[in-house]
Amino acid sequence: MVAIKIYAERFDPLQEVQAHQNAAGHMAGKFGATNIFIGTMRDFNEGDDVKAMNLEHYPGMTEKQLEKIVAEAQRQWPVLDALVVHRVGYILPNEPIVLVAVWTSHRGDAFDSSRHIMEALKSKAPFWKKEVLTSEDQRWVEKNTDGYKY
Amino acid sequence: MTMSIKVRYFASLRESLGRSEDDLEFMGIATVSDVWRRANAGTPMPDHLLAAVNMEYVSWNSAVNDGDEVAFFPPVTGG
Repeated sequence: MVAIKIYAERFDPLQEVQAHQNAAGHMAGKFGATNIFIGTMRDFNEGDDVKAMNLEHYPGMTEKQLEKIVAEAQRQWPVLDALVVHRVGYILPNEPIVLVAVWTSHRGDAFDSSRHIMEALKSKAPFWKKEVLTSEDQRWVEKNTDGYKY
Repeated sequence: MTMSIKVRYFASLRESLGRSEDDLEFMGIATVSDVWRRANAGTPMPDHLLAAVNMEYVSWNSAVNDGDEVAFFPPVTGG
């Protein structure tokens, strides 16, 4: 079963993946590929030292959009299962921000569908980051970079 | 008929407006643009603002109905 989770506290992404997979009896013996993406908070951005971040979201719309994004991926690729976890609240460097895990029979579908989910999340899921710099100044991140340009 | 619309603001927009929501009551058919004008008379709409009705993205000329929740926010920066 696809799961979407929003956490206000630190989470362990690998433990989330393992627990989800252990509970997913419907795909036992069927999945040959698992792709895991973890986004982690850096201590730098745009040339400045960042010491923390406040991550705001729109409760309700966030879950709704993430569910749509995963459903869209399931229409394009034979996805057996997916797990999306995102942090909100006060986040420190080295803490995970986002986890996207996808289970498929073959690797190509796992890579492609999880990339799609991650890029769509970046442009559509209503989250906003406000950085706290080491100077104590705070600033909103104005937009996400295009992940396909790199 | 009088329409009741809840308007919500997020992130840098919430901070610049100094509030997170409005409860509007007004008459007649309205679009998302009308909601902005009625809630923020005289405040120009910031560039690149996004809008949602009942938690789905919409365009500025989308219709708004009684009981809808309309949200305005800047480009999203999650992930």
